[in-house]
Amino acid sequence: MKTMPNRPAPSLDRVEAIKRLIGEPGDMLVLSGLSTVLSDVNLAVGDHELVFYVRGAMGCAIATGIGLAVAQPERRVVVVTGDMEVLMGAGSLSTAAVMAPRNLAVIVADNEAYGETGGQTSHTAYGVDISAMAEAAGFAKVMTVWNEDELEAARDMVRNTEGPVLATIKVSKAPYKRILPPSDGVHNCNTFRRALLGPEAIR
Amino acid sequence: MHDWRKDIHQVLREEGIRQIPYTPDNGLKDLIKLCEADEQMIPIPLANEMEGITMTAGAWLGGQRSAMMMQCGGVGNSINALSVLTTARFPFLSIITMRGTFGENNPWQIPMGQATRPCLEAIGCIVLELNRGEDATKVTRAAVDMAYGSGSRVALLLTQELIGAKRF
Repeated sequence: MKTMPNRPAPSLDRVEAIKRLIGEPGDMLVLSGLSTVLSDVNLAVGDHELVFYVRGAMGCAIATGIGLAVAQPERRVVVVTGDMEVLMGAGSLSTAAVMAPRNLAVIVADNEAYGETGGQTSHTAYGVDISAMAEAAGFAKVMTVWNEDELEAARDMVRNTEGPVLATIKVSKAPYKRILPPSDGVHNCNTFRRALLGPEAIR
Repeated sequence: MHDWRKDIHQVLREEGIRQIPYTPDNGLKDLIKLCEADEQMIPIPLANEMEGITMTAGAWLGGQRSAMMMQCGGVGNSINALSVLTTARFPFLSIITMRGTFGENNPWQIPMGQATRPCLEAIGCIVLELNRGEDATKVTRAAVDMAYGSGSRVALLLTQELIGAKRF
C-alpha cells in the first residue's frame, strides 16, 4: 500500500468554511449529500427552503445536482458533499463534465477520513486529488482550499463562475458541532418544490 | 408494421417527459435515437446506472419529469440509490430492456436477468412488463400514470419476448 504523503493534516473548520461558502444563499438551490455534510449544510442554511438533503445512498449527491441543474438552468445549483461520497459516485464527475451545466457548483468537504464511521482513512489521505479528477474530466474550473484566506475566492467561484465548478475544501476531522436536519424526505421534497415551483407543484 | 419504439416515444412525449438519463443497450438503440431527435427531450448519457436514479430526483425537484433507460444489468447497480426515491416518495419511471430471461444464450446474463424483478420489488418498485409490440402505447401510459399520477416508483420491463434474445 502507498505511504501517505508527508504534509500537514487538513485544518479548516468545516462548519465555518461551509457557512462562508453557502451562507446567505439568496435564490440558490442547495443539495446536501449524506453523512457529515448534512449537519454542515443544516447549520449554514437550515432555514432556507431551497435545500434538499440526499440523505441515503452514498455516492448520489452530484448526480442529483446534475438533474436539478439541467431542469433549472437559470438558477445556481450548489451540491455539498464529502470526499468518499464523491469517489463512490466518481462517474458523476465525468457525467457533469459532459452535460456541462453552467449553473452547477460542487463543494467537497474533504477531511481525508470516513468521519461518520470511526474516522478510517479515506483515499484522499493518500493523495487522491478530487479537484484534479474533476479538472481532468472537464470541469470549467476547480479549486482546492487549504487556508481560510482562500475561502473568499472559493465563495466567489461557487456562486458566480460559469460551471461546472468544483471546490475541494480541506477540512479538519476533529470533532465538530453537529445538528442534523429533520429526516422527513417527503416533507423536504414538497417544501423545496413549493418554494421553487409554486403551490400547484404539490398534490 | 407496428413499431413499439415509436409508440413508447410518442407516449413519453405526450406525457411531458423531459430528461432521459440512459445507459445504452442494443434493445434501446432506436428508442434512444427517437428521444435524441426530440427537442422536448434532454438525453443524459450516464457513466453508470446508480447516478441516473437520483438524477431523476434532481429533475423532479426542479420541475421536470424523466424516464430513465437501461439494461437490466443496471438494476443491480441502482438498488441502494432507489432507496432515496422510496424514502422521499419521488415519482420514478424507468424503461428497462431484459437479458438473462426468455431464450437467453449467454450464461453470464442469467443471474441478473433472473434477479431483476425480485430486486426491483424488494426495494419498492412496481414492475410492469411489455411483451407484445401492439400493447406499447397502453402499457407505457399505464407506467407513466402510475409514476407521475400516483407518485410511485415504476419499472417497465421490455421483455425478451418483445426484443428477442441475441444469438451468438
